[in-house]
Amino acid sequence: MSATAFTNVRLVDPATGYDGPGALLVEDGVIANVARRAVLGKLPKGCETIDGRGAMLAPGLVDIRVKTGEPGAETKETLKSAGLAAAKGGVTSIVVQPDTDPVIDEASVVDFILRRARDIQLVHVYPAGAATKGALGQRMAEIGLMAEAGCRYVTDADRPIVDSKVMRRVLAYAASFGVLVAHRPADPWLSAGACASEGEFAGRMGLPAVPAIAEKIMLERDLALVELTGARLLVDQVTTAAALESLRRGRDRGLKVTATTSINHLSFNELDIGDYRTFCKLDPPLRSEDDRQAVIEAVATGLIEIVVSAHAPAPAEDKRLPYDEAAPGAVGLETLLPALLTLHHEGRIPLIDLIRTVTCAPADLLGLPAGRLAKGAPADLVLCDLNAPILIDADHLTSKSKNSPFDGRRLQGKVLMTLVDGRTVYRA
Amino acid sequence: MTTTPSGLNEVLQRTFSFPKRHFLSATDLNEVEVANLLDLADGFVSLNRQTSKKLDLLKGRTLMNLFFENSTRTQSSFELAGKRLGADVVNMSPRSSSISKGETLIDTAVTLNAMQPDLLVVRHGSSGAASLLAQKVSCSLINAGDGQHEHPTQALLDALSMRRAFGRIAGLKVAICGDVLHSRVARSNVALLQMLGAEVRLVGPPTLMPAAVDRWNAAVHHDMRKGILGCDVVMMLRLQLERMDGVMAPSHREYFRFFGLDREKLAFAADHVRVMHPGPMNRGVEIDSDVADDLSVSLIQDQVEMGVATRMAVLTSLAARLDNGR
Repeated sequence: MSATAFTNVRLVDPATGYDGPGALLVEDGVIANVARRAVLGKLPKGCETIDGRGAMLAPGLVDIRVKTGEPGAETKETLKSAGLAAAKGGVTSIVVQPDTDPVIDEASVVDFILRRARDIQLVHVYPAGAATKGALGQRMAEIGLMAEAGCRYVTDADRPIVDSKVMRRVLAYAASFGVLVAHRPADPWLSAGACASEGEFAGRMGLPAVPAIAEKIMLERDLALVELTGARLLVDQVTTAAALESLRRGRDRGLKVTATTSINHLSFNELDIGDYRTFCKLDPPLRSEDDRQAVIEAVATGLIEIVVSAHAPAPAEDKRLPYDEAAPGAVGLETLLPALLTLHHEGRIPLIDLIRTVTCAPADLLGLPAGRLAKGAPADLVLCDLNAPILIDADHLTSKSKNSPFDGRRLQGKVLMTLVDGRTVYRA
Repeated sequence: MTTTPSGLNEVLQRTFSFPKRHFLSATDLNEVEVANLLDLADGFVSLNRQTSKKLDLLKGRTLMNLFFENSTRTQSSFELAGKRLGADVVNMSPRSSSISKGETLIDTAVTLNAMQPDLLVVRHGSSGAASLLAQKVSCSLINAGDGQHEHPTQALLDALSMRRAFGRIAGLKVAICGDVLHSRVARSNVALLQMLGAEVRLVGPPTLMPAAVDRWNAAVHHDMRKGILGCDVVMMLRLQLERMDGVMAPSHREYFRFFGLDREKLAFAADHVRVMHPGPMNRGVEIDSDVADDLSVSLIQDQVEMGVATRMAVLTSLAARLDNGR
C-alpha cells in the first residue's frame, strides 16, 4: 500500500479540458483522487506529499514512434536505455517500431518485446508490428496473430509500401481485425538517394534532394486507398505544407485518417543543417521554414493530432560521416516535452492543446489505458517545472546514442518526476 | 648547381598570410583575398616558365594528397605545386590503404593528422567531406573537390585564366554550360565570379539544373544559342557519362546536338570569346574537338598551367599563416 499526494500543482488534463490549480492522490498505482481548485482532504497513512510549487502535473507522455536497437542493434539503444531516457523525459508509454533485427513481423517477436518490457519494469512498451513480412512491402505479415499477441498498429516504419496492391490489401485486411495501419508518405522514386529537401539550400550545398511534393504524391495515393477500402490510416509524419493540403481535403471528405508529425520538424528547418551537421540529417529530411510554419499551424488547428519524438538512435560511428553517408534520425525521448513547450512559451499553441498531442490523442487512437488524469486510471504522470531553463548537452543524454539535434539548445521546461503505475521511475 | 629563379623577390613581396586555416569554399573568400591570391599566382606563372623552378618557400613542410576519387590532373597539379615550393609531398590513395577496409573517414583523418602533415589536400565524393575533416585535423586543409559542393582552387585558377586573357573579370559575361546540377566546379565558379563582378549565366537542360537555381542571381537558359549570346567566356562543364543514356538526357548525340559546343553555336558568343573546360573533356559530347583544340579561342591548356601556379599561391598563403602561428 503506497500513496503519493501531489499538492499545489497545475493540473493539465486535455481529456477533460481542465488546466488549472489542484491536487492529485496516487494510491496503489492508480489515480485515487483528483481535486480541482481544492484540497485532497484526508490522506492515507504513510502517504508521501509532494509540494509541486506550481509545477505542471500532466498525464505521462505517450510517444507512438520510437526506435530502439533491441533486438539486433543493442549498441545503439536497448529497451532499457530507451526506457530510462523516456522516464527522464516524462514519457510513460512508448510504441516501438518493427524495423529491428529480426523484424517484428510475427507474434513471437511481439511477445519478446512485451516480455522484455515487463522484466525491465520502467515505462509501458507496446510493439508496432510490420505490415509486411520483413517490412519489405511485398507479402502481408501475420497481422491478426500479431494483434492477438498485443501489437498496437502495423507499419513498415521508414519504408513506404510501394506496391499499391499490397497497400490496398494491408489496409483492408488489417481493418477487419480493427488494426490501425500507419504509413510513411514518401514517393520512393523521387526520394531515392536524397538526404535533404529540394530547394535553394540543398542546391547550393550540393546535396541530393527530394522535392516536398514526394510526400503529397504518396499521401494522395494512400487517401484514395483509404476511401476505397474504408480502412483507418495513421499518416506517419506529415512535414510539408503540400501534404497538409491533401490531408485537409481527405479529412473534409470524412476519411478516417489521423496524422502525426515529429518534434524535429516542429523545431528545426533545413538551414539548421548548416555546415553539414549530420545530427540534423533526418528521415523525412528537415524542410523549409514555410513548411515548418505550416506544420505548427496544423498542430494548432488540430489537423495534425499527434506529435512524436521519432526517436531514432544512431551511434557516433554512424553519424560522424560525410552527410550523404551518415545515418538519418535523431534521439528525442528526453527532449520531446521541453521542445514541445517552446510552442507554449512562444504563445503559438495553448499548453493544453500541446499536451493533448502527446497524451490522450495518441492513447485514444491506439486504445491505450493512458493519457488522462481520471480517478481509477493508471498513475502514469509527469511533474514538470514549465519555466525552468535547461541546456541540452548531448553528452549527458541517457540514451546510448547521443545524436540529438537539440545539442547546445536552451529550452524551458524541466521534468521533475515521472511515475509509471504509481512507481517513481525518474526523479530530478 | 642551383640558381635562383629571376623575379623571385618580386613574387615574394606578393606573399601574404591567408587569414583562415583552411581553404574549403569559394564562398569563404572575400575580394581582397582573391586579388592577393591571383596576384601571387600570377607571379608563380612566370617563375614556373623558367628552367629553374624549384623554390624553398615550403621547405620542411609536408603536403599530403588524400584523393578518395581518382583525379590525375588535380592530384598531379597539387603534387607539382608542393614540390616546386620545396615541400615533401606524399600521395595517399585510399584504395590501397585501410580506408577500403572499413575505416571511417574521420579515423583516417585522425591517423594521418598524427603524422604531422602541414597541408592536407582532400578530394572526396561526398558534399561536405572536406569541412568534416577540417574539424578533426590540426593542419591546414585544402578542399580539392567535395561531392557536388565546391572545388575552390578550380574557380581560382579559372579566374586567373580569365584575368590574364581579358585583363579584368568585372563586367565579363560568362556562360557556364552543361551539368550544373552535379558540378562542384560550377558552384565554386558562380560564387567567385559573382563576387568579382562578372555576369554569370547558366546554360543547360532543366534536368541538369539545381532546384531553385532562379535564386542564384544568374540568368538560366535552356537554349544554348541564347545562353551564350554575346558572352566573353563560355565555360563548359564535364558531363558524367553515366548520367546520360536516358537518365538526365536521352543520349550523347542528342545532348551534343543541343548543348555541345561547336563552331556553329560558338558564333553566337562575342567575337573575342574564350572557351574554358575544367577537364577531362568528353570530346563529341559536350565539346567539339574543332573548338577545344583551337588555341585562338581555347583557354583549356592555360587553365592547366594556371592550376599549378594557383595552387602554389594557395599553399604558400596557408603556410604563411602556419608560420605566423608559431
